[in-house]
Order: sequence, then structure tokens, then C-alpha cells
Amino acid sequence: MVATLSIDDLNVSFAHRTGRLEAVAGASLRIEPQECVGVVGESGSGKTQLFLAAMGLLTRQAQVSGSIRFAGNELLGAKAAVLNRVRGSKLTMIFQDPMASLTPHLRIGTQLAEVLVYHSGLSWKEGRSAAARMLDSVRIPDATRRLSQYPYELSGGMRQRVMLAMSLLCKPDLLIADEPTTALDVTLQAQIMELLRAARGETGMALALISHDLGVIAALADRILVMYAGRIVENAAAPELLRRPRHPYTAELLKCVPSLSGPRLARMPTLAGQPPQPGEALQACAFAPRCPRAAARCRVERPALGGAPMSQVACHFPL
Amino acid sequence: MTNAPLLQVRNLRVEFGRRTAVHDVNFDLFAAEAVGLVGESGAGKSTVARALLRLLSPEQGSVELGGVDLLKCPPAEMRAQRRDLQIVFQDPLASLNPRMTVGDAIAEPLVIFEPQLTAAARRGKVAAMLERVGLTADMASRYPHEFSGGQCQRIGIARAVVLKPNLLVCDEAVSSLDVSIQGQIINLLLDLQQEMGMAILFISHNLAVVRHLSHRVLVMYLGKLVEVASCEALFAAPVHPYTRALLAAVPRIPPVADAPAPLPDRTLAADSITHGCAFRDRCPYALPLCESSDPPLLEITAGRWVACHRSHETLNPLSYAE
Repeated sequence: MVATLSIDDLNVSFAHRTGRLEAVAGASLRIEPQECVGVVGESGSGKTQLFLAAMGLLTRQAQVSGSIRFAGNELLGAKAAVLNRVRGSKLTMIFQDPMASLTPHLRIGTQLAEVLVYHSGLSWKEGRSAAARMLDSVRIPDATRRLSQYPYELSGGMRQRVMLAMSLLCKPDLLIADEPTTALDVTLQAQIMELLRAARGETGMALALISHDLGVIAALADRILVMYAGRIVENAAAPELLRRPRHPYTAELLKCVPSLSGPRLARMPTLAGQPPQPGEALQACAFAPRCPRAAARCRVERPALGGAPMSQVACHFPL
Repeated sequence: MTNAPLLQVRNLRVEFGRRTAVHDVNFDLFAAEAVGLVGESGAGKSTVARALLRLLSPEQGSVELGGVDLLKCPPAEMRAQRRDLQIVFQDPLASLNPRMTVGDAIAEPLVIFEPQLTAAARRGKVAAMLERVGLTADMASRYPHEFSGGQCQRIGIARAVVLKPNLLVCDEAVSSLDVSIQGQIINLLLDLQQEMGMAILFISHNLAVVRHLSHRVLVMYLGKLVEVASCEALFAAPVHPYTRALLAAVPRIPPVADAPAPLPDRTLAADSITHGCAFRDRCPYALPLCESSDPPLLEITAGRWVACHRSHETLNPLSYAE
């Protein structure tokens, strides 16, 4: 079976006053049709850069190497014309800040219909009525009236639903959702999560869900990738990873998530130290300075991501 | 806590034009108490905090600190009161002056309120404070952009507590931090609170964080308090349907199999609600009574206040099915 998205040995780096800054280093992953893959990691772990590379949306300063194939076709280095056929139709992405993703001076209806006019060859009129139906399906009340509104007239939760509608218009094979609920209240977050779940059920699309919130990931993902300092350090089926994390970073991260059940704690569990800063020199295992299990070997030999396909870990001393 | 409250807020009302952002809010804060203030964006949480510190002028009400109504204080006296009232904001970098070294930023409150200190004594206090918040004394000569978000938040906290205030308001103070850093900052706040005996008003949309560090919790909805309870009681058995919906919306690890459907959108515009319960358009338990009459905040059991006409009933588990 051809993977929906297959990334091999991807490296993304930027020039920096201290030399090259590696945002993503040697990342390989596959996303199968209909699969929901959750990607977790702290700020700066490279999770967004990894998927911006897949969309061909990295800044020009970025140096990229490796391979990114979408439904078998190489995207890295592909011409804009080739990219533009899949981007926004079969491969779509939504972001944390929907206001920044929408064009402020165009009506919602124009922005939605444009996708169908460009990708599916519909007329503007057909595009607008399809757009209204899509707004309906993401439960935006009074969809026809919304078409003639501007982004500023909508609330944050409503705008994110417009973005979601836009990303679903051409029935994508893969939707990349980058922190889609981070800017929203927990009640709106629950709505967007429900819509993502429903969209997967209806269209059978695959979903890459990027979040720093393990709760959001846990609710939707079949499989979870954990990133640290630009590398994938663990890759496992979601229930297993949550029940029995194998990378010490994953385990520590899970301990840090404050819980709504169980005893109240006098002190919060913490992870010592802080994530590496841009340009900081890393040890062979970037997590070694914060790791309770680190040994001499971790500082000289980089652990490779290894193990069975559904239970990979990059650690010399996994749990 | 039988002693007199540190801070008494009575009938606080803040209006922005036609919109009432804070609607006759009453609560007390006791010395050394940690109180969580939760609710969705637009509920008026930050507006309450700003009104307490008189960063904006409420239309009505009183905020009494040690017998003095802050809202009626003349400017000179208000300035003197401010040493007891400090705030830490969400965006740690934006709340520091980029052109001021962090040492100067932390020293500034001392320059204003303790002018008798010599420069050397001030430097000593700043160095001790930096170390107290987990940084090093030599960092005093650096600028904010040289620090990470978590470190900037430590600096913001150092500046806020250097005068040992009676009340520290934390307005989403850990919301922009990664989860591994968030715990460190919360523990720092808890330790400082113990050492200094200050009260903390902790504003957050992260209910799990509030659960771990608050003694009491205030829940706000569209400018009104809808539930006030001890932290244990609130999280063990939320009474107000809004509190219940808020708690139900938090994703759990591992996920809950039969999570209730998400709370529907508001259908009533916030400024069109002139009577009745503001939550009735989203409430699965709403009765005709809820539209005609505004439920008052009543003490239903000791220390537990709820503004709901049906708070005396045992309501079924949440369901929005219709």
C-alpha cells in the first residue's frame, strides 16, 4: 500500500550566527491512508517545520534535504505548479491562528469558493453554494449569510471552523492540523476536536495533528510521534505510548501534565532544565542533560530510532 | 480561615460602552490564600483583575484592602497601595521593557518604594531575588531578549514579588509556557506564596492547573460569578451546568470513552441579555424560569455559592441531545 505521506531522512536547517541551526534532523515517518498521527513536542522541537516542509511552505532561507512523498509523488524540489495541484486540495493544512490564515479583505465566501474554482474548475456560483454546504457541515449557523461576511466579523472559534471547512472542500487525503485548538477555549476546543473526528469519519482522510497538548492528541490520534530537539524520539500506537511510554522524555512529559483526577498535588511534577535553545550545542542525545536515565554513552553516541514499526524509540536505555 | 479577609470586592461593575464586562461581582480573598478564577475568554476574568489593581476604572463597587477602598483612593495614596498589589501577565517578554536590563527591571520597584536603600543594598536584593526565582545573580546585566519564555516569566515574578506584596495576581501566567516549564513556574509561585504569605489570584483557562494550586475557585460566565467553591468540592462535584460543561470539555489522558458532546455555541449576543440567566441558551437544563429571572448567587452549602435556579436538584449527567 502506498503511504499517504512518506518522509525519509528529512533535514531542515537555517543559517544562524552560531553556525547552522538544525530545526529538523533525520526525520522519517509514514502516514497511512485514514490514519490519525499525533505529533507532540515542546516549542522549538521542529514539529511545525517538519510539516511546513511537507507543504513546501518553509521560508526561502531554509535548507532542506531528504525526501517527502505524497501518495508516492516526490514533493521536495517539485515545481510550484506541481505542488499547487495538491496543496489546498488533496493535501491541506490549518494553523493555530485562523485570523492570520484568512485574507482580511476578502469575504469568507470568496475565499472558500476560490478553492473550488481553482482546484475543481467550478464556477464561482457553484463554488459559493458548495462553500455554504461545507460551512453547514462544520456547524456554522446561517451559512449563506456568513459567506458575505469578512473574517473580522467572526469569532475565533468560528474562524477556525471556516479554515477547517476550507481545508475539507476538495476532500483531502491528508489534513495537517497545526495546533488547531491552542488559541481556543476548552469548550471551543472540544467542538473543533469533534468536527475533526466527524470529518475523518465522513471523508476517510488521514490526519496529522500537531499539538503540545497531550490531551488533545490522546483524544484523536491512532499513533503518536514524539519530537525533541528536531528529532523523532518515539513512535508508537497511541494507547500503548500513553500507558507505557518508552522514551524517558515521553515518560517525563506525561508526568508533567496536570490531571483533573487523582489526588491534588502539593507540588507539580517537573522536568528539570529547559528545552535546548536555538543554536545551543547539543549532546549526542539532546535529551541527556535533562534525562534521569542518562549515562556516559548518551553523551557520545546518538541513539537511533529503532524497533518494531509501531513501537520505535531513540534511546540507549528505554523504559 | 476565620480572620477578616485581605481583600473584599463588592458589587464590582465594569462597563465598556454598552457592554457590561463585569456584572456586580462580589468575593473575598484571604491572606495567604490561592484562588483560581476560571471561565472562557470574554468572561471578564482579566477585567476583574485589572479593576482590583485599578488598571481600569470600574463603574461601580468597592475593592477594600485592609479597610481602604482602593477605588476611592486619591492618586498619591493609590500609588502607595500598589506595593501590596502586584501582577504577572501572560506574555513574559512583552511585559518586560526590552531596553532595560533585567536587574534594573527588578530594581525599579525598590527605587520607587524603598528609596532609602543604597545602590549596593539594592543590587544585593536584586541578586538574591534572581537566585530565589532560579536564575543567577550575574544575569542582572542582561536584557530580556537573551532569555527564554520560562526565564522571562521568572524575571516577571521576581519583579512582582521583590516588594513582598500581599496580593499577587497571575493573569494566565503559565499559559504560554511548555508543559515541562509550566510545572516549574507553578512550584515557584507556590513556594513564594508559602514564604511570603501572600494571596494569589490565579486566572487561567487551564482547569487542571487551577485544580492543583488553588484553595478556592471562582467560575465566571459573561461577567458574572456562577459558582464559587473550595477546590476539592468544585472538581469533585461541580454544581453549575456551566462548570460541569467546562470540566467535561477538558480532554483526559487516557481519553474518556463516552465523553459528552461539546457545549453548543452561544446563540444570545452578550449585550442583548438584559434579564434571565446568561447561560440559558447553552444550558441543557434550562427552564422557562431561566429566561424570565436571573438566578442569584446563593450559598447552597457552607462555602459553596451557585447561581442556578436548579442548583438544589440532582441533575442527570450532561447531555445536549435534543
